[in-house]
This record gives sequence, C-alpha cells and structure tokens, in this order.
Amino acid sequence: MEDERSFSDICGGRLALQRRYYSPSCREFCLSCPRLSLRSLTAVTCTVWLAAYGLFTLCENSMILSAAIFITLLGLLGYLHFVKIDQETLLIIDSLGIQMTSSYASGKESTTFIEMGKVKDVVINEAIYMQKVIYYLCILLKDPMEPHGISQVVPVFQSAKPRLDCLIEVYRSCQEILAHQKATSASP
Amino acid sequence: MGLVSRGAAAAGVGAASAVVRPGPPHAVPHPIPTPPPEGAALGSSRVPGMVLKAFFPTCCASADSGLLVGRWVPEQSSAVVLAVVHFPFIPLQVKELLAQVHQAGRVGLAVLGTWCHRRQEAEESLGHFLEGLGTIFSHEPWLQLCREQGSKLWSCKATRRQVPPCPGTPYEDQVMLVFYDQRKVLLSQLHPPAALPDCLAGDAAPSAGGLAAVFDTVARSEALFRSDRFDDGPVRLSHWQSDGVEASILAELAKRASGPVCVLLACLLSLVSAASACRLFKLWPLSFVWSKLSVCEQLRHRLEQLTLVFSTQKAENPTQLMRKANVLVSVLLDVALGLALLSWLRGKDRIGPLAEALVPVADHVAEELQHLLQWLMGAPAGLKMNRALDQVLGRFFLYHLHLWISYIHLMSPFIERILWHVGLSACLGLTVALSILSDIIALLTFHIYCFYVYGARLYCLKICGLSSLWRLFRGKKWNVLRQRVDSCSYDLDQLRLLVVAVQGLMHLLVDLINSLPLYSLGLRLCRPYRLAAGVKFRVLEHEAGRPLRLLMQINPLPYGRVVHTYRLPSCGCHPTHPWGSLCRKLFFGELIYPWRQRGDKQA
Repeated sequence: MEDERSFSDICGGRLALQRRYYSPSCREFCLSCPRLSLRSLTAVTCTVWLAAYGLFTLCENSMILSAAIFITLLGLLGYLHFVKIDQETLLIIDSLGIQMTSSYASGKESTTFIEMGKVKDVVINEAIYMQKVIYYLCILLKDPMEPHGISQVVPVFQSAKPRLDCLIEVYRSCQEILAHQKATSASP
Repeated sequence: MGLVSRGAAAAGVGAASAVVRPGPPHAVPHPIPTPPPEGAALGSSRVPGMVLKAFFPTCCASADSGLLVGRWVPEQSSAVVLAVVHFPFIPLQVKELLAQVHQAGRVGLAVLGTWCHRRQEAEESLGHFLEGLGTIFSHEPWLQLCREQGSKLWSCKATRRQVPPCPGTPYEDQVMLVFYDQRKVLLSQLHPPAALPDCLAGDAAPSAGGLAAVFDTVARSEALFRSDRFDDGPVRLSHWQSDGVEASILAELAKRASGPVCVLLACLLSLVSAASACRLFKLWPLSFVWSKLSVCEQLRHRLEQLTLVFSTQKAENPTQLMRKANVLVSVLLDVALGLALLSWLRGKDRIGPLAEALVPVADHVAEELQHLLQWLMGAPAGLKMNRALDQVLGRFFLYHLHLWISYIHLMSPFIERILWHVGLSACLGLTVALSILSDIIALLTFHIYCFYVYGARLYCLKICGLSSLWRLFRGKKWNVLRQRVDSCSYDLDQLRLLVVAVQGLMHLLVDLINSLPLYSLGLRLCRPYRLAAGVKFRVLEHEAGRPLRLLMQINPLPYGRVVHTYRLPSCGCHPTHPWGSLCRKLFFGELIYPWRQRGDKQA
C-alpha cells in the first residue's frame, strides 16, 4: 500500500512524503527535499565568474579564468556529492531494526541501521534552531550500563526538516510498530 | 527428479543405514527411534508472537529441493540457513557431518526444515514426503520454504508440534525472509561503533547480539563449506562454494614460501638488532649523537616493524593480521619510492650540479650574515647602542661565521661523494632519505642555531629584567638588571623559523608514510565488503499474503574510520613542536631544541 502527501518544511519549501506499508510489521517513509534550483546555481556561477574577470583585468593573467572555471565545476560536483540531499528514507522493520538512508543528488547513498535491541523509543523533541523553535523526530538508544538511561539521541530527517504535521504522521506509525515490538518482547 | 519407489530396496537394507530417497510416503521405512537431537531442546525457548526471521543465502535460491541446515537463535527468533542437503542422503551421515562442524567451529548446527523448489506443477507427493521428514529430524520450529520455479513467489511456513506454553499463541509463526550474500558475509569483519567493556565473546557459544550473531555463525561454519558438488562425499550440499572451492595458485605458493622466507629474514633481522645493541654504541658521545639524529630513529622504527612482520608467530586476531599487512605494504611502498628517487638522481647526473651549487649558496648566506652583523655593530636604524657590548658580541659572531665558512670550503671536494652515498641510502626507503636530508640541513645550519642560542639567552635575560622592572614600577622590591643591547635575535628568529618549518615538514612527511594504513585503505577501495560498519536492508518485491522478503547487504566502513582504527603507531619522528607552542617559545625567549627532549611529552 503506497500513498503520497505533500507537506512543507520549516523554511516553507515543499516536501513530498511517500508512505509504503509493506506489511503490518514493515513500513517505509520517504521524504523528498526540494531540488537544486536553477536560479541559485546561475547566481553563484555568475558571481564567481564576475569576480574572476575582475581579478583578470587587474592581473592580466589568463590562468585566473581557467582556474575560476575549474573551481566552479569542482565546487558543483562536490556540492552535489557531499552536501545536497535529495531524499531521506526511514524504514522500520519489526524485530529487526530501524534504517535511515540519505540519497545525495549525485546518486550516493549513505545508510545507517540501528538494531531493534538498541532502540528505546522514538519521540518528537523541541529545539532552538537559529531564531526559530522547531520540532524534530529522534530515536533514543538504550544505555547498556543503565537500564533506564539513554546513551544517544539520533535525529531523523535532519536535512529535510519537516514541520510538526508531517512528523506526527511518521511518529504514529512508528509507535504502532514499537508498541507491538515491546508487547512481543516483554511477554515471557 | 524421478519419484522412484524404492520401498523394496530400502526395506532390505539394515535399519541403521536406511537411505532416504524421494518417493511416496509408504516407501519410507519406519523411522528408527533415534535419540532426540539437540535441536529440540534448543528450540523450546522462544518468544511467542515474534516474527520469525529466516536468513537465507542467495546462492541457494536456485538449488534443488532438500533439507535446510543451519543454526537457530532462540533469543532473536531467527534461523540462519547455511546450506541445503540434497537427496539422497542418510540421516545418520547428515548428523555426523553436523557434529563434525560443531567440533571444528564450536557452533551448534541443526536441521531446520525443508526446502522445496517446484519444477513442474503441483508435485503434491513431494510436499507430503517433505512433511514426513519432520519426524526424522525434529526441530522446533520446523521451517518449510517453498518456491515455484522461475517465479518470485515464495511461501514460508513455520510449524510447531509441541503444545505451546501459553494458550492462545498460534501453532504457526509469521515468517520474514532475509536474503544474504554468503561469500561476503563470510569474508567480512564487523566493526562495532564502540567497544563496550562488558562485551565478552564467550568461547563456548557465539553470544554476540543481533546481526553480529549471523556474521559469527557463518564465519564459524567454514568447515561446512569445504566440499563442493564434485566431491564424492556421503552428503551433497549446496552453498556458496558448491560450484567449486575458491582457491588461488599465487596465494597457495605464497603461503608455502612464506615459512622458510620468514625464518631466514627473522634470523637476519635478529643479527642486525643484536649488532646494534652491542656495548660499543652505548658509550657517551656516540649514544648522544645516535639519539639526536632522526635517521637513527627512523632506522630503529623500521627495524622494529620488519621484525614484527617477519616474526614466525601467526597473527592471533584479525587486527594483528591487518597491522602486519599494513606495515608490509607501507615498507614496500617506501622502498619503491626510494628506488624511484634513486633512479631519478642517477638519471641525468644530477648530483654533480647539486653539489656544485651548495658551496656558493653557503657563501652567499655567510656574506649576508656578515653584512647584517656589520650593520648591527654600527648604529642600526639610528638607535644608539652600548658600544662595548656591541663590539664584543659582533666580533664573536663574526669569528664564528668565519670558522664555519672555512669548514664548508674544506668539505667541498667531499660533498659530491657524500651526496652519492646519501642517494644510495634511498634503497632503504624514501623515509630514510628524507631523514638524512633533514639531518644534513640541521648540521649545515648549526651555526645559525648557535647564534640563535646566544641571542635567545640574552633576550630571555632582557625580558626577565624588563619584567622585574615592571614589578618595581608597580611598587614591589626586586633585583634590577638592565640590558640595553640585543636586537640580533629578532632577525635570526626568522631564519630559525624557516629552518624549523622545513624540518617540521619533512618529519610530517616521514610520519605520514610511517603511520598511514595503506593495506586497509586499499582493501576498503577494492573489496569494500571486507571491512563492514554494519548492514543495510532493501525490501524486495512484495505481494499481499506472501511473506515479506528483504535483502541484507553489507554497509562498508567510511574511510575516516578505517584510518582511525588501523593507524600504525608512529615513532617519535613527528613534528616535535605544535605551531602554537613554537610561537609562544619564540616570543618569550625560551629555547627551541631541534631534537626531541627526553621529557618532552607534548610531542
């Protein structure tokens, strides 16, 4: 079962949330971030090239122009490969764990998998971010030393930064699965 | 596969060696009451209602029907399937094989269920026959995986025969299939994010939690994968090596040759270290010089590393093996770079012009210094100085300089020979050549270092004097010492800083070559599944009503963590002064020693 809804992030950009229910014990949430806009790309390129041309008229060295082109290309490739995240996915599998995948604009994917034995809970936290107060979803990990302690807080959807309405949808589904998981692991 | 009725033949064979062949149920002889296998006892504890996870190797997805052999982990309610046993087989031989593997790898395997790969439509008799096998190998829960040929539709059942402990729990469990690549999981090594202090890996049974248990099970069952389908063993298995055991001629030859080669090199290295540890080198002037030269440090470090690599002891754990491999690759690369440097030097006869250029450069530097001293002895920048002290210091420095220049001129015919021998030392490695170069620079600029020492000491005294004057000004009584001369230390500082910077850079390069784990980085680049940070899952095509199918893949370790985990311990030949403390020492007039002091802990 699959459905798609659109939400907005904390800055007002459009986000698309795709939900897939594979089975009662396996759910996937896929959040797509707004793409790289042509306007900002053109603006950055023009600025860099104008600055390079200005330097060229000062120094009369044509190496500056070729260096500027080189830097622009490398910078764009580096940005697409290391910085710009296109899609963030959260996959919850009952009794296996939670998996978070970030896919970058160049196609690179980076995945983190947390086993269910380490997950204590999934909660929505409030945080002060620059001049705003935002909500974010995070996974709390158990502390092996202390039974009631928390060893780590892992935030989810860090680059998409959806608003509370989107987070509540994801939170409800996660809690359903976690409740089932706790019920089965707690019974003797 | 023909469904031949072998009832008569089977009945004639003795009870203990009854051969099980696929056929209608009545052909199977009455099952011998064998002692209950360990599987029954293991499977009795389970978590009711939990989804049963079956880890299935991708290589067996196209295998013929048979029995599933693997390990059952009750705490996570997961069954790790390792291989498929094909018909015909003798149950006793299967149990013997499992016992053998148990002894070899200390991992408890059992027959977990049946695997059915239907080639024609509706082989009902086969289905019934497979169910009947459950009575011979009783295991809780009994897994039944079935697949139609050429389709992606699987069906899985996990049944229990015993009465469940709590009423209301179903007789059948929900099953989730997780496919894994057996070869990659076998060869990979998991790197946990943090080594927990209470994580004890017991020897009795693999007690690793979660997915580490799957990796552990596959790694310990290597004895199961030793035979392929071309062997004439009693039991026919399907696993990742069943199409032919992987082996490489080069690897085998290297293994055979490594024994005697290691012994020979270990003897040679022990001779060399014994020679270097002899009493002659412990006498005072020699020991002082040895400890200060960076080339000696580097050679000692290399000797230690080579002794480690060629020691006749086998590596105990994978970390030690990685370290040995890293050291070997690093030494080989070093020697290769050194030989490249040597060939470059020899190539166009570069040593001659280099040696000829050295003396005029030294002359030029000495001339500039002389000008500087003459200027300071006069009235520098219009300042009025203490004339007597000026003259004394200036003349002392000039004489020093004169001695040094005469020494350089004396050495000039021998410089070419010395450089030739230094180039020859590049055979031992690029790091050795760089260390020698660094030492030569230190020796050639020793006079600058002497000037610096005199100047710095006087400057330090002056600063102490000024600070005591400042205290007096604030109303505290103290001894006043007035010094008004001393500006040579300012300009000399720049030269000194340059020399220290060049030396620091060289030491940095040497340290980089020494400590970078090249073998691990190469492994991460070419065989990323060997160094695993964890796993990742992908959901395969899913249909309602069918079990969930997942593909488990290996998540490789990021490069930063590879370097951090496998970094080689470096010797003391790294930059001895962090830049911050260097500037501080210059400003306050503390002496900067170009070699490492005995009590210098911050390096």
